[in-house]
Order: sequence, then C-alpha cells, then structure tokens
Amino acid sequence: MQNLIQYIYGIADNALILGQRLGELCGHGPNLETDIAMTNIALDLLGQTRSYYQYAAKFSGNEATEDTIAFLRSEREYKNVLLVEQPNTDFAYSIGRQFLFDVYHLLMLEQLQNSSDETLQAIAKKSIKEVSYHKRFSSDWIKRLGDGTEESHAKMQNAINDLWTFTDELFHQTDADKAMVSEQIGVDVTQLKEAYYSIISDILTESTLQIPDLKYFQKGGKQGIHSEHMGYLLADLQYMQRTFPNMNW
Amino acid sequence: MQGSRCKVSTALNPEPNTLNLFNMKNWPLWEVFVRSKNGLEHRHCGSLHASDATMALENARDVYTRRMEGVSIWVVPSKEITASNPDDSAELFDPAKDKAYRHPTFYELPEELKHM
Repeated sequence: MQNLIQYIYGIADNALILGQRLGELCGHGPNLETDIAMTNIALDLLGQTRSYYQYAAKFSGNEATEDTIAFLRSEREYKNVLLVEQPNTDFAYSIGRQFLFDVYHLLMLEQLQNSSDETLQAIAKKSIKEVSYHKRFSSDWIKRLGDGTEESHAKMQNAINDLWTFTDELFHQTDADKAMVSEQIGVDVTQLKEAYYSIISDILTESTLQIPDLKYFQKGGKQGIHSEHMGYLLADLQYMQRTFPNMNW
Repeated sequence: MQGSRCKVSTALNPEPNTLNLFNMKNWPLWEVFVRSKNGLEHRHCGSLHASDATMALENARDVYTRRMEGVSIWVVPSKEITASNPDDSAELFDPAKDKAYRHPTFYELPEELKHM
C-alpha cells in the first residue's frame, strides 16, 4: 500500500505544485485572455490532484482526506519534481515550465490509461483530454515567442536554458515507482525519455530556439529533497489550513 | 517592431503569426461565435484580442467555453464584419412590419399534413 500511495504522490504532487504556481498568476497575466488560460490550466491540474488524493486517502489511514494530504504534509513528504516548483520569473519561464512539463505529462498519461489499477486508469483517461489542450497551448506559445521578435526570442531562449536542467528528473524512478511498474499499475517513465526529447527538440527547432547541451541535471524532488523555492511555496499553500485547522469555505 | 522572422497565417493553415506579437496595442479584435451542444447555429457571444487566428481560437475556447457554453467556435476578425448602420434602420427594416402576407400563416394545412 505504501508503494501505491508514494506512487500516487509522485504524480499528483506535480499537479498540485504546478497548479499552485499557475494560481499565482491569477490577475497577473500579460493580458486577460492569457490570464484566464493559465488559470484554467491550474484548475484542470488541481481537479486531477483531487481525484488522485481522494483515491490515496482511502488507504492512507489516520483519517487522511484529500485536504490533509494536500495541505498538511511536511516539505520532504511532497514528491513532485523540481521543475514544477520553479518560480514565475517572467512569462517565458511560466510558459517554458509549462511546455517542458506538458510534453512529459501527456506521454505519461497515455501510458497510465493502460494501468491495471482501474481508478488510475479512469483518472488518466479523463485527464488526457485536458493535458492534450495544455500541450497544444504551451507549444503554440513557445513557437510564437521563439520565432518572434529578438526580445521574445532572447527571453524564451533564456528560460529554456535555465529550466533544461530540471527535465532529466522526469525520467527517474523511485523504489515505489519500480514496485508499481512491476505490478503493471505504474508507468515506466524511463521509457518515455527518448520520445520526450524528440518532441521537445522538434518544437524548439521549429521555434528557432537552441536545444541546450547540458551534461549535469538537477534531481531530488522525487525523493522529497526540494529546491529553495519549495519552502516559500508551501508557506503560501499551507498557511490557511495550518492557521485555521479544519476550516471550510 | 523588429520582427524579421514571421510566419504568414492563412485561413486554411492558421499557424501562430508573430508579426503582431509584441505590440499588444496592435493586436486585432476578433468576434467570437459559439454553437451550443443543442444549438443549430453559432451565436455571437463576445470579442477578444489576439495576434493571430490560432491564438484567437484558443483564447475563445478559454474565455467563452469554460462553462460548457458550446461545442463549436468560429472566430472572425472584426474588420471582416460589415454591419448595417443603425441610422438606416428605418428604411431597411420598417417596411417589413406591415406586410403580414409574407408570413406563412394564410393558408390551412390539409388534414393529412396537420402533423407534419
């Protein structure tokens, strides 16, 4: 059971943290339509998170609920990848982070819909429609900004260069991942790496952007060792629930 | 605007167009028409700014269909719409008001067709 719970955290925490980052953009988007689009994506992701956490809560014991799982864990208990906790430095970072995650997310869900676990299968099938749109939206913006003006190209290249170091972690497996793969419940993400970099490279090339050439990649999020941003992010995320326990809207 | 790279967007192949991208004041206005699930026609539901047709479609999807308002979207650059002048309303539309004989209510259907 613990393996399944940890496996679910590995997927759902990505959606929670990325949803939180996108939520920060509410009211701060470059224009009305993009503001709504980014926060729509946040809502999609948080909806997925709820489905996963409700499922995990069923066998977590200790009266766990989707809310306790979302708001009351300590930093090292979150198993999201480092990529999704990176801050909204500027729009190129926000959309670059989205793009680098969406391509992976779609590939992962396409496999997860074959899971032998019926609940995960169902969540995956519903989420695929949402994530297909996310990927289309973020890819289109990469093309616009990359193949745009000199300024947009420079900013987009800068963001891709900075975020590239977080892409490799998407394809790491924890022990819980390996256990779930052997039970045909989980997705073997190591198998997605080639397709991922191929799709990303094609779109970057089409956007006239350079594909970064890195030898060293960051990791640790999946083990609960997070970047310096996570503490601040969780302070925002958890503040209300910790200050007013059991609060309801 | 320094854009020396840009793709041309055509109606059949709406690639993202970067010509207008960075000066948002230049983004054209688009009118949005949405057909609901049970509807037969697209209805005008609002407008938005976008730099190209693909963005206009995606923005319309995000802004005007997030509450399941519809299943089909048309976007049209506002400048392509020719509208009747309200000042001409009298001569364009008043004459139709008193021509009842143009309405299909002046004959009785035969028995056999009553449930057509």
